[in-house]
Amino acid sequence: MALKLWASSAANALKLSSRAAAPFPASSISRCFSSVIDGFRYSDSHEWVKHQGDVATIGITDHAQGHLGEVVFVELPESGTSVTKGSGFGAVESVKATSDVNSPVSGEVIEVNSKLTGTPGLINTSTYEDGWMIKVKPSDPSELQSLMDSKEYSKFCEEEDAH
Amino acid sequence: MALPQAIKAGLPCMNLLRMTAVPILEQLYLEERLLRTSAENWCIINHGTSLPTIVMGISGRPSELVELKPVLRDQIPVIRRFSGGGTVIIDNGTLFVSLICNKNAIPGLQPYPHPIMSWTGQMYGQVLHEFGDFHLRENDYAFNSHKFGGNAQSIIKDRWIHHTSFLWDYDARNMEYLKLPSRAPKYRSARSHVEFLCRMKNYVPSRTTFIEGTIKSLGGHFSIRPFDLDELGSLSGSGSLSGSTKLLTRQELEEAYSFQCVAVR
Repeated sequence: MALKLWASSAANALKLSSRAAAPFPASSISRCFSSVIDGFRYSDSHEWVKHQGDVATIGITDHAQGHLGEVVFVELPESGTSVTKGSGFGAVESVKATSDVNSPVSGEVIEVNSKLTGTPGLINTSTYEDGWMIKVKPSDPSELQSLMDSKEYSKFCEEEDAH
Repeated sequence: MALPQAIKAGLPCMNLLRMTAVPILEQLYLEERLLRTSAENWCIINHGTSLPTIVMGISGRPSELVELKPVLRDQIPVIRRFSGGGTVIIDNGTLFVSLICNKNAIPGLQPYPHPIMSWTGQMYGQVLHEFGDFHLRENDYAFNSHKFGGNAQSIIKDRWIHHTSFLWDYDARNMEYLKLPSRAPKYRSARSHVEFLCRMKNYVPSRTTFIEGTIKSLGGHFSIRPFDLDELGSLSGSGSLSGSTKLLTRQELEEAYSFQCVAVR
């Protein structure tokens, strides 16, 4: 069971290393073989947030997409919907499973990634760029401080996979 | 709540709910409610369902998966369930077993599709290995290369459900309501429904053998507590749950049929 998880993460890490550079400087591949982006913040349910101005862009992390497998369907909210920190706003389908996606921050959805309807696999192939899911106007930007930075999140993934 | 049986030391409790011929739509509503509003572990067993019914996964499109002309003619219900996975047609020969677990119920089990299926595959393997060449084959339950159990999952923040429709028996004529899926496991090798599937009753002595064996296998991980359907009313739910499970309307099916007809031309 553990070997399958490591193989999945390693395979995806190798795929990521050949992609174009992210706009934020990427850290080197962590010991858990899932990539992270320095400057982003991360939740313990494996979502990432990129905060620029009064917009928070949200997606699921490389660790999550590696463990979920090929994403074949994405369920997203409509613009104007309110989201709450820690609560679900949508779901992804992979390998006969739907998995909830939770919002790391509270606020209002101002944009959803419509490309994911036709190309849900962007979550696997462009996790931190074209695979973004929603953009939110945060109602309480201080919530971002309680999220993990890239180093803390890498350690969190490592500890989770070690169990 | 008083516990009628001693709890096995160190094992989490699992409520065992047995039902007979409860309509699949009601079962799915119940499962989604328990997944999202209960904090307990559950095993739900339902022997058969009253009407032949088509059940698609969350992303299922009837125009792609269902032979809509006979479905509309024969008024076969079509449901889109809250979990992922493919399309099945179920009837009174189907056995349903659903497991709803807290994230930490199984030590070391990560709440992702493959680890969960690997664990359930091992659990069912303990029950079925003496009756046939049992496999978890590309996420299906199979004897050799013949599928007898379709499963699906839904994973939320701290809980997951793995539910299975086992073909104890089935009416081959019902398979005509389903198209051959465009997305299929490799081991299917383009076989028809009838060539691909098998009936559990041709391998396992009785339904009771399978069910009691499953409960025994689960008992190695949980302290099983029988639960009555009547007790469900006492569970605290979070008011009205807007779930994802949906019975498609006739209008939706007719629109899908129009789309299907255009696609064929």
